[in-house]
Amino acid sequence: MNDDTQAVLLHPANALPVGSAGERASGLLGCLMLIATEAALFGYLIFSYLYLAVQQSSHWPPEGLPKLGLSSVNTAILLSSSVFAWLCERFVRRRKKRWAVASMAVAVVLGIVFVGIQLHEWHDHPYGMTSHLYGSLYFTITGFHLAHVLVGIVVLVLLGWWTALGYFDERRHAALTIGSLYWHFVDIVWLFIFTTLYLTPYWL
Amino acid sequence: MSEPPISAMPGDPPGTVRLARPLQRGTLDEAGKARLTEIWETRPGWRGWLSTVDHKTIGLRYLVTAFVFLLMGGIEALIMRVQLARPNAHVLTPEQYDQLFTMHGVTMIFLYALPVLSGFSNYLWPLVLGGRDMAFPRLNAFSYWVFLFAGIFLYASFPLGQGADAGWFNYVPLSSLTYDPGPNIDVYALGMVLLGISTTVGAANFVVTLLRMRAPGMSIDRIPVLVWGTLTISVGNLFAVPSVSLAFLMLWLDRRIGTHFFDVMGGGARALLWQHLFWVFAHPWVYVVVLPAMGIVSDALPVFCRRPLVGYGPVAISTVATMVIGFVVWIHHMFATGIAPLALAFFGSASMIISIPSAVATFAWIATIWLGRPVFKTPFLFFAGFVLLFVIGGVSGVMTAAVPLDWQLTDTYFIVAHLHYVLIGINVFPVVGGTYFWFPKFTGRMMSERLGRIAFWLMFVGFNLGFFPMHIAGLLGMPRRIYTYAPDMGWNTVNMLTSIGSFVFALGILVFLVDILYSLKRGPVAGPNPWDAPSLEWSVPSPPPPYNFAVVPIVASRHPLWEARMQEEAEKPVRARSHLDEGYLLGQGREALGTTAVGGKPHIILKMPEDSYAPFMLGLFAALCFAALAMRWWGAAAALIFACGVSIAVWLWPERALIQREPAPVQER
Amino acid sequence: MGVAPLQYLVHAAGPAAAPTYRLGWALIALVTAVMVIIAVLLVVAIARRRSPLPTGEAHKLPADKGGTNWLVIGTGVSSLALFAALVYAMVTLDSVAAPPREPPLTILVTSYDWWWKIDYPDPQDPSRAFVTANEIHIPVGVPVRVELKSADVIHTFWVPQLAGKTEMIPGQTNVQWIEADTPGVYRGQCSQFCGAQHAHMAFEVVAQPQAQFDAWADAQRRGAPAITTPDARAGAHLFAERCAGCHSVRGTPAAGMQAPDLTHLASRRLIAAGQLTNTPEHRLDWIEHAQRIKPDSLMPSMTLSVADAAALSAYLSTLQ
Repeated sequence: MNDDTQAVLLHPANALPVGSAGERASGLLGCLMLIATEAALFGYLIFSYLYLAVQQSSHWPPEGLPKLGLSSVNTAILLSSSVFAWLCERFVRRRKKRWAVASMAVAVVLGIVFVGIQLHEWHDHPYGMTSHLYGSLYFTITGFHLAHVLVGIVVLVLLGWWTALGYFDERRHAALTIGSLYWHFVDIVWLFIFTTLYLTPYWL
Repeated sequence: MSEPPISAMPGDPPGTVRLARPLQRGTLDEAGKARLTEIWETRPGWRGWLSTVDHKTIGLRYLVTAFVFLLMGGIEALIMRVQLARPNAHVLTPEQYDQLFTMHGVTMIFLYALPVLSGFSNYLWPLVLGGRDMAFPRLNAFSYWVFLFAGIFLYASFPLGQGADAGWFNYVPLSSLTYDPGPNIDVYALGMVLLGISTTVGAANFVVTLLRMRAPGMSIDRIPVLVWGTLTISVGNLFAVPSVSLAFLMLWLDRRIGTHFFDVMGGGARALLWQHLFWVFAHPWVYVVVLPAMGIVSDALPVFCRRPLVGYGPVAISTVATMVIGFVVWIHHMFATGIAPLALAFFGSASMIISIPSAVATFAWIATIWLGRPVFKTPFLFFAGFVLLFVIGGVSGVMTAAVPLDWQLTDTYFIVAHLHYVLIGINVFPVVGGTYFWFPKFTGRMMSERLGRIAFWLMFVGFNLGFFPMHIAGLLGMPRRIYTYAPDMGWNTVNMLTSIGSFVFALGILVFLVDILYSLKRGPVAGPNPWDAPSLEWSVPSPPPPYNFAVVPIVASRHPLWEARMQEEAEKPVRARSHLDEGYLLGQGREALGTTAVGGKPHIILKMPEDSYAPFMLGLFAALCFAALAMRWWGAAAALIFACGVSIAVWLWPERALIQREPAPVQER
Repeated sequence: MGVAPLQYLVHAAGPAAAPTYRLGWALIALVTAVMVIIAVLLVVAIARRRSPLPTGEAHKLPADKGGTNWLVIGTGVSSLALFAALVYAMVTLDSVAAPPREPPLTILVTSYDWWWKIDYPDPQDPSRAFVTANEIHIPVGVPVRVELKSADVIHTFWVPQLAGKTEMIPGQTNVQWIEADTPGVYRGQCSQFCGAQHAHMAFEVVAQPQAQFDAWADAQRRGAPAITTPDARAGAHLFAERCAGCHSVRGTPAAGMQAPDLTHLASRRLIAAGQLTNTPEHRLDWIEHAQRIKPDSLMPSMTLSVADAAALSAYLSTLQ
């Protein structure tokens, strides 16, 4: 351990980082590629919704304007989950393993709460995916997002587990950066979806 | 035997893992090369076959599999041409014909045209860039397995007479459950989503590889045009593929779950939604399947003209410009759908303008030949023929970009002629020429010049005889996608000519394949650089060793192997030249050098993964999951999704050897 | 109709097609010139000089520069030609996109799997509206608005000598216009893959001088004529039993909505959406062997006794 620290401190001038080194990790670039293509996917979903919505002559949405209360709270819950995921990485960099794991656990719990509230909202709607076009769009778009949230929760759980196993410190934590980046993406996409599904009916 | 060091310097105690170390320069002797071979080579036998991550093996797999699909698609076409050779023929029923023309399109456009270019790119990229592998070797293996499984999936129902039959473009409502109740469309829809996964991860791999896996000194203006081509389309794919995956998923949901995305009863907007989502993907796709092939010509043609490509910069820019403009022309497939005049004007103009970058490339090629000293070897014949076919295909496209004329031309055989000139002319001809060119590198043997010439002339004459008359058929009003026609429509002669020509063309392909099989065993042995070509892949043995480059080369120009003999380059001092035999040493396990994106400066030492079964397993579970969805076995699908998740977790588990985690558990501070 | 009934570049027969015809030839001339020039450049470039493949150090290779004139001139000339083509195309679009004056006649064409329903509405007097199938009549020299709908999948309406094509999309109404300069019969064809019998979904547009068109329209407005012979009467009974479920004959109880209106079947030139000439033999052939002539079409092959066939044929011949 001491030798390693020495090697890092010595750091010859023309030395290159080796392996999954922070922002130079290939995995980070790969995650950005994934985000680009998934963002395009959500873009096309939102395009489909808006393209169809503006051509509806009848009442849209059929069951009236969407209720904003619970979904706004849910949005806040998801966004705060991102904050805790980010905090985990900060704690890891300071080798505060217990705080880091706790932080990630809170992020996971908030994510699960989001899922729970979303499922409750789904249950509350009098219509389903096969009832009409709006139902198909609403459940498919929120469903796609929910699937991404579930994957994200699994990712956060794995990150928390690996942190608890002591894999990461200030020099090696690429997985945390990459996984958190995915989670932040999932959050930002939600903002777009929320705006499209919940807010645009009030404007169009 | 003790574990080799993961990252250490001489004198370090065993078990040291340095997170930074200086690059060492030098040469490598035979013992060093033998050590590298042991580090990089794949195990023999079925174990190695399932777990290899070697980009060269994966590249060859893509090529072979793509050629198999080319043959299948070709046979489908020949059967159709037998039916269409004469009016009112009864070789095929309408349903059989509809499945044949659909599967012909699907096979050629999705299972041959891009995968064959992925094959060339996968094999060649690390070699032409001076690297040891792609950025994500396991992902590379995965993208091949999913391609193979998706291809099998897409053909699963065809032998049962239940192949997709609504055209490769699959318009709703013809492809909806009401009008197409069998499994045909479900197989197509789910198969396309599965294939899209392969395409997407492949695209991500190419982009990240380009951003960092290059030799030092290979700045962005020194990369081969093939790389520009594949890079551009990979970025394009990341943004285009989700559109069609979404469309097919929505169609499947409509058909089997009961959603209402494409329900036409409530307003025609929904039928057009399919067309928009489909063409937003499919138009960029047609550039995806030709830009890398144009890059092959831009790189290989100059070798046979004994001079560098004229206008490298403009050609690189024109590649990117074509892809970018390619995203804003999709409505030219929908000119006749009743869209607004403003849209017609915009998309018609963009569709004309997109041919300007192509003009740049065309004149670059002609100028290279004009100013060079052509060598009439087989690859040159294919590349020269390509230029003419490119122009013919391009100008027929310009005609269709004229909106009112398109209202006559669209959905006639004129379009069939156009699309075959661009697809066969701009994809197949460079692929065959490229095969003749790189076969020595892949196998260590030359192909036959004699058979190559015969293949070229049969293909060139047969192709033009087959497809030029189709322009005439279209101008005489023959619609597309008809299984037969009456004898008094004026189409008899052109159809007979086309049928004859297509068989001549097929004969040419057959000669090409015979040449491959013959030359594999009996071709003359080739050295590292039989064509005296300038790029890095020709500096390594034929075939290359598993580690590609013994030392990481240092690059100083676009033409490292020609520098010493090129006017102006030869005058430069030795230290400003490329270094191939002496360079950076990276041999502590599988290692590669990462460089900066634009300037190509050394940036990071990358630890590359060992062979792994995870890509195969994940690919298998994914394919089986889609099969379960097609059969509507929801429980099995859920279980397979879980299996996929476990495979991904295993794959991504942080490894010590890749320096993704601390070697010993971190203690709380 | 000529050698190739669906051609559009040998002859254009109306102002919705003539500008496109001229544009087509102009572009053909342009692209032919381009192909010839490129082919000549290519051949000359290849034939100019050659050398054997050099073997190594002794042979000097050219520098990585030069030839940009080629790019500039080539791309410049191409761009100018393209721009000219674009402008001409837009001008042509302007001429053909909309009729020169408000069309005095509007017809509604609805596409079905594998036939065409044609409505002639009368906004002033709905009782004067009539419906027919597969054969459109228009007066010569008059722009006609064609409203396009589909009853099932996407089809495309195309009568090449009179105009370009427009898709018929279920759930929406598209519009185009046609006009014939001279009397004649102009062939049309479905041009969007619509299933098994897409190949056999044709129609005809008959352009007549105004007086003859008005006479035709008046005849079409009338219901089916009275039946006088016993054979025809028997045929009418047979029709009511076995055909009226899908077909309609105005003026009789037969009111099927899924198949062509047959009120004036015998007055048409062709039957089965342009597949057979309209003779009594062909009519029977179609009824008895539809699945052989148009496999998978929605018309079943009917088994008829000889007597029934004669009766039905007699009845159908009365539907002038």
